[in-house]
Amino acid sequence: MSKLSLAVEVAGLRLRSPLMNAAGVLGMSPPILKRVYDSGAGAVITKSIGPVPRTGHPNPTLVRVSCGALNAMGLPNPGVGYFADEVKALKVMGVPVVASFFGGSVEEFAEVASTLSKAGADALELNASCPNVQEELGMLASDAGNVEKVTAAVRQETRLPLFVKLSPNVTDIKEIATAAERGGADAITAVNTLKGMAIDIDFRRPILTNTTGGLSGPAVKPVARCVWEVAEAVEVPVIGCGGVTTWEDAVEYLLAGASALEIGTAVMTHGFEVYGRVNEGIRRYLEENGFSDVKEVVGLAHQTGEEQDSRADRCSIRV
Amino acid sequence: MHIKPEKNRTVELTDVVSECRDISSLLFRDEETRGAKPGQYLMVWLPGVDEVPMSVSAIDMDGLSRITVRAVGEMTVRLNSLSPGDRVGLRGPFGNGYTIQGDKPLFVAGGSGAASLIPLVEETLRQGTTPTFVLGARSADMLLFVGSLEETLGENLIVSTDDGSRGYSGYASGYAATLMEEDAFDMVYTCGPELMMAKVYQSAREHGVPIQASLERYVKCAVGLCGNCAIGPYRVCKDGPVFDADMLSEVRSEFGVSQMDASGRVTRVEH
Repeated sequence: MSKLSLAVEVAGLRLRSPLMNAAGVLGMSPPILKRVYDSGAGAVITKSIGPVPRTGHPNPTLVRVSCGALNAMGLPNPGVGYFADEVKALKVMGVPVVASFFGGSVEEFAEVASTLSKAGADALELNASCPNVQEELGMLASDAGNVEKVTAAVRQETRLPLFVKLSPNVTDIKEIATAAERGGADAITAVNTLKGMAIDIDFRRPILTNTTGGLSGPAVKPVARCVWEVAEAVEVPVIGCGGVTTWEDAVEYLLAGASALEIGTAVMTHGFEVYGRVNEGIRRYLEENGFSDVKEVVGLAHQTGEEQDSRADRCSIRV
Repeated sequence: MHIKPEKNRTVELTDVVSECRDISSLLFRDEETRGAKPGQYLMVWLPGVDEVPMSVSAIDMDGLSRITVRAVGEMTVRLNSLSPGDRVGLRGPFGNGYTIQGDKPLFVAGGSGAASLIPLVEETLRQGTTPTFVLGARSADMLLFVGSLEETLGENLIVSTDDGSRGYSGYASGYAATLMEEDAFDMVYTCGPELMMAKVYQSAREHGVPIQASLERYVKCAVGLCGNCAIGPYRVCKDGPVFDADMLSEVRSEFGVSQMDASGRVTRVEH
């Protein structure tokens, strides 16, 4: 018997597996992203690309904390003009590419999205939620009106599947997610890192040059509640991101309502192999529980036990 | 596979030693570093200045560990002007380190690259092998650890200077090529300027000798996440810094040629 397929379709993008790397992780150059793809990801997500080159914040840019990491890279990227060639190189390698991008204004978001579309990206992820450039750029995802306006402007520039990546650092993520949906988002990625900090007690100084950074890794996995909340608030698919390390984490996110997943910090502790291992675990879970497709478990935890049972009956009748 | 978190910590310097022109060593006591492998590195932090990768140049000298720093920019100038009692922040040790193989190794060090090879020399000696060591520098006053290497290796140490002010006149890579021509080595270890290492790699390939080279790139996270130090499909911070012949062959279009800057733009390798 052939192995159960993990293929999913998210916002019109067909993926052989629901897993992708989280933006900012390993996304600087085509050969490394190819390695992510070869490790089992369904598509790869580039580093967030802006209109002009940025070196990002000076080191230290990463601190390991209990159950995760804090980072404040500061959106380093070579600029969209330069990066368009990297997208093309990835396409030549046969890798499905989601181009993550940002801008400092509505116009910049739209321009960068347009250039990346023309470069051949398969989908775009609008980074509305970097917590580490607040003073310079502000954090778009904290204002529903702005999210809608920027999403709508980008929508005008591209027909590609458009994900909008939101922040957990807001009062009501549902409000922001519905604003992105109104603006024309095809999917909502929930969520970016949780804002935090670390202080060295000998130097008595913040360790990160940027003072604060984004918390990621197992520490933030329970923030999967963002996926739960967004899934209840919008019609479009949700892409889960935040602390997924094991296949059990991945299944939990699917049950919460994620149609696909981004894995980042787990590469630090589990290497590139994490993608293959999580794929295998999801496949085994589906098989052992009588499911035949990933989409059958998406959002299932929103149904009561009785609802799930009656659904299972329908399935058996159909078979 | 669960790796113990490489925690940020600070250490007090017990000593600062001037080694040669522009190069000083910082000594400190740190349990984590005492468990390092030859070829691994630390991330060294000075608040408000920078955090940079530094090879461990002594793992455990009566309980003390050491890094050796060439003053080339603001951070390294600041490090070299520290005094005993001052503190630095540390993360690590990180990276794969060298793998000891063979009975007749050749070491080729250029400039401050000798720092990464010293712990490997000690380990090789402990295992009963005296390596042949080519130590190169621009001039006699820039030869790092020449005194201690003479003491431990005797005639197996060959000194070369670009300006001929001491030892063989010319590049260390040139002398290494001659040695590989004359003698059958079964492993080459090299650390130094990348253009030197690229030549050493070429010679090793021509003579069919396996090689391990310690590479340098712009390291940010040091834990294999950000990808800024990528060369080909490898992360210098985690898959490296030591690359074997197969890995070097895979990245040969970039090795000795190009590297990424802090923004991810490709620039030329200048030395």
